[in-house]
Amino acid sequence: MAFKTEDLKKAYWRDNLKIVGVLLSIWFAVSYGAGILFVDQLNNFSIGGYPMGFWFAQQGAIYVFVILIFVYTRLMGRLDRKYGVEEVDEK
Amino acid sequence: MDQQTLIYLVVGATFALYIGIAIYCKAGSTKEFYVASAGVNPIANGMATAADWMSAASFISMAGMLAFMGYEGSVFLMGWTGGFCLLAMLLAPYLRKFGKFTVPEFIGDRYYSKTARVIAVVCLIMASLTYVIGQMTGTGIAFSRFLEVNYNTGLSIGMVIVFIYAVMGGMKGITYTQIAQYCVMIMAYTIPAIFISLQLTGWAIPQIGLGSGLVDGGQLVLDRLDQVLSELGFSEYTSTAGLSTTNMFFYTLSLMIGTAGLPHVIIRFFTVPRVRDARSSAGWALFFIAILYTTAPAVAGMARLNLIDTLGATSETAMVIEERPQWFKNWESTGLLSIDDKNQDGRANYTSDPATNEVNVNRDIIVLANPEIAGLPSWVIALVAAGGLAAALSTAAGLLLAISSAVSHDLLKGVFKPNITEKQELLASRVSMAGAIALAGYLGFNPPDFAAGTVAIAFGIAAASLFPVLMLGIFYKRCNKEGAIAGMITGLVVNLLYVFQHTGWFFIEGTSFLGPMQANWFLGIEPNAFGSMAALFNFAVAIIVSNLTPPPPKYIQDLVDEVRVPVGAKLAPDIH
Repeated sequence: MAFKTEDLKKAYWRDNLKIVGVLLSIWFAVSYGAGILFVDQLNNFSIGGYPMGFWFAQQGAIYVFVILIFVYTRLMGRLDRKYGVEEVDEK
Repeated sequence: MDQQTLIYLVVGATFALYIGIAIYCKAGSTKEFYVASAGVNPIANGMATAADWMSAASFISMAGMLAFMGYEGSVFLMGWTGGFCLLAMLLAPYLRKFGKFTVPEFIGDRYYSKTARVIAVVCLIMASLTYVIGQMTGTGIAFSRFLEVNYNTGLSIGMVIVFIYAVMGGMKGITYTQIAQYCVMIMAYTIPAIFISLQLTGWAIPQIGLGSGLVDGGQLVLDRLDQVLSELGFSEYTSTAGLSTTNMFFYTLSLMIGTAGLPHVIIRFFTVPRVRDARSSAGWALFFIAILYTTAPAVAGMARLNLIDTLGATSETAMVIEERPQWFKNWESTGLLSIDDKNQDGRANYTSDPATNEVNVNRDIIVLANPEIAGLPSWVIALVAAGGLAAALSTAAGLLLAISSAVSHDLLKGVFKPNITEKQELLASRVSMAGAIALAGYLGFNPPDFAAGTVAIAFGIAAASLFPVLMLGIFYKRCNKEGAIAGMITGLVVNLLYVFQHTGWFFIEGTSFLGPMQANWFLGIEPNAFGSMAALFNFAVAIIVSNLTPPPPKYIQDLVDEVRVPVGAKLAPDIH
């Protein structure tokens, strides 16, 4: 068993779900939100010469996706260390 | 040196490289054959995943689709990238922790059921085989176009190359060839894009160029594009008019879930040493993919603008047919461009009305002819040829490995002959790889009528059948054998029924009972976009059935607890 108590196990998993929940909300907001559902409203503004909704759909969402995965990697690494469940290198 | 010789030289050099890697990376154990000994560096795996993922469709066809669909094409851009977030956060690290060789193996163990494992194999083979047909036809077409050989010869050359490095090296050989193929692909894609962006806007970064002003006059590229397209009667490039938001929403979701559920992508994350490497590797994969995917809209917009400038935006300025440029004549001979001077005025009138339009443009021309339109040197054209071939071969190899490991590891070792030795299984995996190549080749020589629509169906199947039970297996401890089996079957059947009822049973024309009419679409969702809806059915059925039947045994619940934490992952014992 990786955890000392059942409570720690639950707390680790809850924190994990919280991280994923927040990051996937951003994932949803930039693609489905800005790129599809609110594209017409955002197209009234412009960013770097693109209509803003169009930019999110064809550029911005992809940049945010990449950043989200690296942020996830960092946050999960920190969480693993906090609960002492990170992998140890045997070499 | 003439163009054709140069193409032979560049393509030949890349093939020599792939085969050289194959000889260097011969697989000596099943662990090397299936998962490259789980010893691949996460950045290297990211690059290999990018090549595995980006097929001939991404390399050759996507920019063309964007160029002619405008904003609507965003579905592919977001759908084929956003799935990596789901993969990174919901599946890859946990499946890596589980530490086995194939996707059906996880399903079989987690749901303590050989039946579930076999159903997963069926779903995997259906998704991967429909996908690989598209790659084989793509390989044949790319070879025949660039090497000026006929389609069957082209396809045979492609099969031989894949045979050499996939049968010998397995995942190990495929991984290192895919890294080389990514490098070829990305150079071939970005170099013409940089030049075309410099010529039009003065910016070397195409992503910035598309948002900038034209060198000639200072008008914004996208404004200019909207303007000339509406003058010709097309809808504006950035316009959202006439599109169904619901359809775009579900289409994007289907591609994302399908991306995360495609086995040939998932197994790439079994090749890294640690759970945290699986997380970061997904980030690197998407980073390498994003370089191409954010360049594609720029290639699309700028090449479309260049094409219209060549053709002339009004009937007074329309291109005089006698004076058309040389590249135009070159591509006419391939049938991808054609002119039919209907009104006999000696000019090529390009309009949105099929009755008066005189120019037919195949969408693939946007990438294929891009270097010639921009007047780039002939080595760039040769590089594009090598890039297109790399894209098709790398994806085909990944798919073939997913199929062959499901056959040799899940069916043979897992179900029929559990007692075979390691050495026999390695031989079996080579034989099933050769068999998969032969089958894919057969389907490439005799493409079924529905070949064109198959790639979209592969995503639908992966989204509807595999993704939900994989996710529930990790995030929902209560999900049991009965729920998973019922869920997979429901998702698969619902998706196939919806596709078949609109396009004909097994795509045979005239057998559809609702017809392709948009009026009969459920909530206005097109068949290709239905995978996400079918996935919802899968989730719902799996959860309901699980709650009506006994919970999974204690040791399975402990297994889920194990999978949820990184510590204790078996480190690869034989990393050199």
